[in-house]
Amino acid sequence: MSGHPSTYEPKNGFTKWMDQRLPIIRMGADFMTYPSPRNLNYWYTFGGILTLCLVAQIITGIILAMHYTPSVDAAFESVQRIKRDVPFGWLLQPMHAVGASMFFFAVYIHMFRGLYYGSYKAPREMVWILGCVIYLVMMATGFLGYTLPWGQMSFWGATVITGFFGAIPVVGESVQQWLLGGYAVDNATLNRFFSLHYLLPFVIAAIVGLHVWAMHHAGQNNPVGIEPKSKEDTLSFHPYYTAKDFFAICIFLLIFAYFLFYYPDSLGHADNYIEADALETPAHIVPEWYFLPFYAILRAVPSKLLGILLMFAAVAVLFILPWLDTSKVRSMRFRPVTKLWFILFVIACFVLGWHGALSPDDPVMGVKSVWWSRAATLYYFSFFLIILPVMGLIETPKDRPDSITKSVLGEASS
Amino acid sequence: MSVHTENSHEVIDEDKRDFIYIATGTVVAAGAAGLAWPLVMQMGKAADTLAAGAIEIDLSKVVEGQQLKMLWRGAPVFVRHRTAAEIAEAESVDVSDLKDPQTDDERLVPNPAGKLEPQYLVMVGVCTHFGCIPVAEQNKVKPQGEFGGWYCPCHGSHYDTSGRIRKGPAPKNLKIPPYEYISDTVIKVG
Repeated sequence: MSGHPSTYEPKNGFTKWMDQRLPIIRMGADFMTYPSPRNLNYWYTFGGILTLCLVAQIITGIILAMHYTPSVDAAFESVQRIKRDVPFGWLLQPMHAVGASMFFFAVYIHMFRGLYYGSYKAPREMVWILGCVIYLVMMATGFLGYTLPWGQMSFWGATVITGFFGAIPVVGESVQQWLLGGYAVDNATLNRFFSLHYLLPFVIAAIVGLHVWAMHHAGQNNPVGIEPKSKEDTLSFHPYYTAKDFFAICIFLLIFAYFLFYYPDSLGHADNYIEADALETPAHIVPEWYFLPFYAILRAVPSKLLGILLMFAAVAVLFILPWLDTSKVRSMRFRPVTKLWFILFVIACFVLGWHGALSPDDPVMGVKSVWWSRAATLYYFSFFLIILPVMGLIETPKDRPDSITKSVLGEASS
Repeated sequence: MSVHTENSHEVIDEDKRDFIYIATGTVVAAGAAGLAWPLVMQMGKAADTLAAGAIEIDLSKVVEGQQLKMLWRGAPVFVRHRTAAEIAEAESVDVSDLKDPQTDDERLVPNPAGKLEPQYLVMVGVCTHFGCIPVAEQNKVKPQGEFGGWYCPCHGSHYDTSGRIRKGPAPKNLKIPPYEYISDTVIKVG
C-alpha cells in the first residue's frame, strides 16, 4: 500500500516465517517509514484526525446500537434512556452526536486544505475523487443517523430530504415511497435508516483504505506543491509525522472535550428533544449545521426541481475539480490572484452556512436573506466553473523554489 | 466455424463455444435479475401499510372557521370549515394567473344530492414542496400566509383559502385526497 521501495528486514524466526506467507508486518512497517515531504504543516494533520473521528464514531456507534430500539414507539424513549439510565450513556451518546459534528468540522478543513494547496491535481485526481466519495457517504451517514433519535427535527429532516426524490419528474412519488417503505416517514423508514446507518461507516472505512492507498501511490502533496526530488526532501512518517499528528490530535480533542462536556447540545437543535409528531411541523426547521451551506443553495432558487439539482451540482462540481483548474501550479502560495479568489470562496461558504440557518425572508443589513444566499451561490459556482479555469490561463504565478529542501531553508519566497 | 488442432481427431467448434458462453451468460443474468427483484421490492410498501387506507370524518363536528386535522396514511388531512368571506375570496381569484390553475369548484367533491358544499375544504395537509405541514392559525406566531390560507414554515410557500399555491417554491396546489360523501355529513377518505 505504500508505493516506495521496502526497507523492512524481518529479524527473527516468526517475522521471517510471516513475511513469506502474509507480509502484513512488512506492510505496516512500510506504512510507518513512508517518505513524507519534510515541509508538511499543521493543515496536513487532519487526515490523522479524521481517522480518529471515524474510529471513535464506529466504536461509540456500536455501543449505542446495543441500547437503542429502532421503532417509532420506542426510539425516542430509548435514546433518552441511554442518556439518563445506561451506565456512562450520558458520556457515550453525546460523544457520538458531538463526534459527528467534529468529524464534519475536520473534514471541511481537510477539504479546504486540499483546495488551497492544489492536492487534487495530477497525479492525485483519484485521491481527491475518493475523498469526495467519502464526503458524500459521510453526508448520507450523518443524515441517516440524525433521524434515529426520532425527535421533531429527525422526523421533519427525513421528510424534507426524502422529499428531494419526490421532485424527480414522473416517477418521483413512487421512488420516494419506495425509499420510505410507506406513504410517509414511518416505522419502515426508521428501521431501514438504522440498518443503513450501521452499514455506511464500514463502507467509509473501506474507501478510506483506497484513499490512503492512492495517496501513498501518487505521493503526498505538500505546501509548496512541488514533488520531492531527493531523499533530503522527505522524512520518515514515523516518528516525524506520527508525533506531529499526535500533537494536533491532542489540540483537536481539547476542542472536542469542550463541546462534549460543556455544550453537548449546542451543535444540535432544541426541537429534537420533542418526540416526532407527524401532525405538526416545527415552526423553523433547519438541518444540522454541516449541511447549512447546501440548504441555503437549495432555497436560493424558487423552483423545487432546480433547487435540488443545484444543491447536488454543488457537490458534483467537486468531483470534476481536477479538470476545471487549468493551472499547472498546485499551491496557492504561488498564485497571488487566485489566492484572493480562494479566500472569497471560503467566505462565500460561510455566508451560505449562515443564511442556511435563517428564514429566506429575514432581512440582513436591509437585504432579504435569500438574496445573500443567491449571491453566495452564484459565487460558489463561478469559482469552480469560471475563476479556476480562467485564472489558470491568465495568471502569472510567482517563482517556485527549486526543491522542498530549499523552500524550507528559506532560499525562495513562500 | 471449425478449427482443426494438431490432433486431427480433435475439432473445436467455435460456434458451439460462443453458444455456450452466451447461453451461460444469459442464464446468469436472468438469475441475477430474478434475485435482485425481491431485494429491491422489499423496500416498497408492505401489505399492512397498503391496507390501512381509509378513514371516515364527520364534517358536522367542524364549526365555521375551524380546521380539523386527521392522520391518513401517515400524513394529516385538513378539513377546513371556511367562512363566507374565505369562500368568496377563493372564488374571486383569476385562475389564469395561478401557478397550478384550478377553480375553487374543481377542488371540491359533490355531496349525495349532487351539490358542492364550498364551506368544507378537504385537503392533504402536506406542502407540495418538501412535505412539511402548512400552518393556518391566524396569529403572529403561526401566520396563515399572505393569501389568508396556509403558510409553510419550512421554505415559505403561501397558499390561498382554496389551498392553491400563490407564492413560494411549492410547485402544486395542496392535494385533494380521493374522498366521497357516505352520508349528508360524513365523508370517507381513501
